[in-house]
Amino acid sequence: MARLLAQARFIIGALALALILAVAPLAHAQQPTVANPTGVNPTAASVKEQQLLNALGNGDAIHGRVSIPDQKSANLIHPAGRDWRHFHEVTLRWIGAIAILGMLVILVVFYLVRGQVKLETGYSGRRIVRFNGFERFVHWMTATCFIILGLTGLNITFGKPLLLPLIGEPAFADWAQWAKYAHNYLSFPFAVGVFCIFLMWIAGNIPNRVDVNWLKRGGGIVGHDHPPAYRFNAGQKMIYWIVVIGGTLVAASGYLLMFPFYVTDIQGMQLAQTVHAIIAVLFVAAMLGHIYIGTIGMEGAFDAMGEGTVDVNWAREHHPLWLEQEMARTGPNESQRQPMATPAE
Amino acid sequence: MARMKFLCDADRCIECNACVTACKNEHEVPWGINRRRVVTINDGLPGERSVTMACMHCTDAPCAAVCPVNCFYTTADAVVLHSKDLCIGCGYCFYACPFGAPQYPRVGNFGSRGKMDKCTFCAGGPEADGTKEEFEKYGTNRLAAGKLPLCAEMCSTKSLLAGDGEIIAQIYKERVTKRGYGSGAWGWQTAYRETIAS
Repeated sequence: MARLLAQARFIIGALALALILAVAPLAHAQQPTVANPTGVNPTAASVKEQQLLNALGNGDAIHGRVSIPDQKSANLIHPAGRDWRHFHEVTLRWIGAIAILGMLVILVVFYLVRGQVKLETGYSGRRIVRFNGFERFVHWMTATCFIILGLTGLNITFGKPLLLPLIGEPAFADWAQWAKYAHNYLSFPFAVGVFCIFLMWIAGNIPNRVDVNWLKRGGGIVGHDHPPAYRFNAGQKMIYWIVVIGGTLVAASGYLLMFPFYVTDIQGMQLAQTVHAIIAVLFVAAMLGHIYIGTIGMEGAFDAMGEGTVDVNWAREHHPLWLEQEMARTGPNESQRQPMATPAE
Repeated sequence: MARMKFLCDADRCIECNACVTACKNEHEVPWGINRRRVVTINDGLPGERSVTMACMHCTDAPCAAVCPVNCFYTTADAVVLHSKDLCIGCGYCFYACPFGAPQYPRVGNFGSRGKMDKCTFCAGGPEADGTKEEFEKYGTNRLAAGKLPLCAEMCSTKSLLAGDGEIIAQIYKERVTKRGYGSGAWGWQTAYRETIAS
């Protein structure tokens, strides 16, 4: 009996062994790779970089959680910098070069073809106040800031290809460091100046019907016409609104960059830099036109902002309606405005 | 010469932040600056992964392209370094960097951010190797001493690999083959325009 039991145990054991040997290759074959003993693939359910990158919208980032205090660093990858890089290195340089060089070419050609806008009736010798001391102070403060801001700003975009090869890296870095400080700090008087200009000259710069006529007649710039204008003609009104609107946008976008992360994140700063740079180069181009017509472009024009007075004949040719208004109030040789009405005795 | 790269095996990273701590300690990085950080994606959800990230020392580095003063340079080992003597702290590299690597010691003080600081792959800066000046500006130069970046060297799970790109890619591929899975080399596509099949 005991022998029989032992034989049966042996047979069962042999069968079991045979079964295991037979099944083992089958079990083995069910697994795709030799070397994953558990058969579990944790990556199958895991977050995938490619999926996250594909799901990204314009300007988005692969975002997670960090345990360090700097929560900005929770953005793992944000590829939008590539678009901004292309803008800064390629697009902006084209826009800037075309706008500024294009404006210079237009002005040179215009000067050679049209020449200076002469004072046709000659100087009368009698002068009338056009801009008082405060107006001139605000103008020149804003203008000085603008020129420095413009040059130091252009240095950031065009300095590396143009100036750096000439003076070398250490000298250029020193200059760029001071240029950056100047750019940052002079933005404050510039913004104050733009705000004063806005308040100071808003009354004379509301577009009206006279401007339509002025524009239709080409402003007298193209031919030798003299369309009437009040204190500011349509061209000057355009400059005014370019300064007010452009200056506001440039200042606002600039302060977003100067105070990083106070208002916006990296994507917002990329956008702010794009807006800041495009408006700034167009602004520079527009101001080149303004500087031209205020200096060599027109005889007698610089005196208005230089010493503050203009010749009466100049005023009659370019701003006859304004001259009429002023004459009604003041004598031509008096710099002080008279009271509008004599007070009752 | 080698082409130095970082590779984070996200299937091994346990978010212990030792790489972050080691980096700060080794280079005596100022308070508030983290040259390396660990980001956890899908935190608390199934399939969560942690990835340690610093400057990836990109091929055709965006920071170098946009820098207005050309303060970046690439070493013979393809490590992207910069000169704090030339840096004007304008922040442009920070706008362009896809990995958020550039750091500034002072944030928002009227644009005076200070000189930019970032991971140097433990390779210092333009000063002579191993000098006091180099250490004060950029931290230890381990590469010049024949050692690899400390973050990767002391990684407890050997999740973070640093070294020649071909060698660390080979190590990663062998791991993927052996264990049967891998979630890919995070950031490689963006930094080097290549991926490691997994």
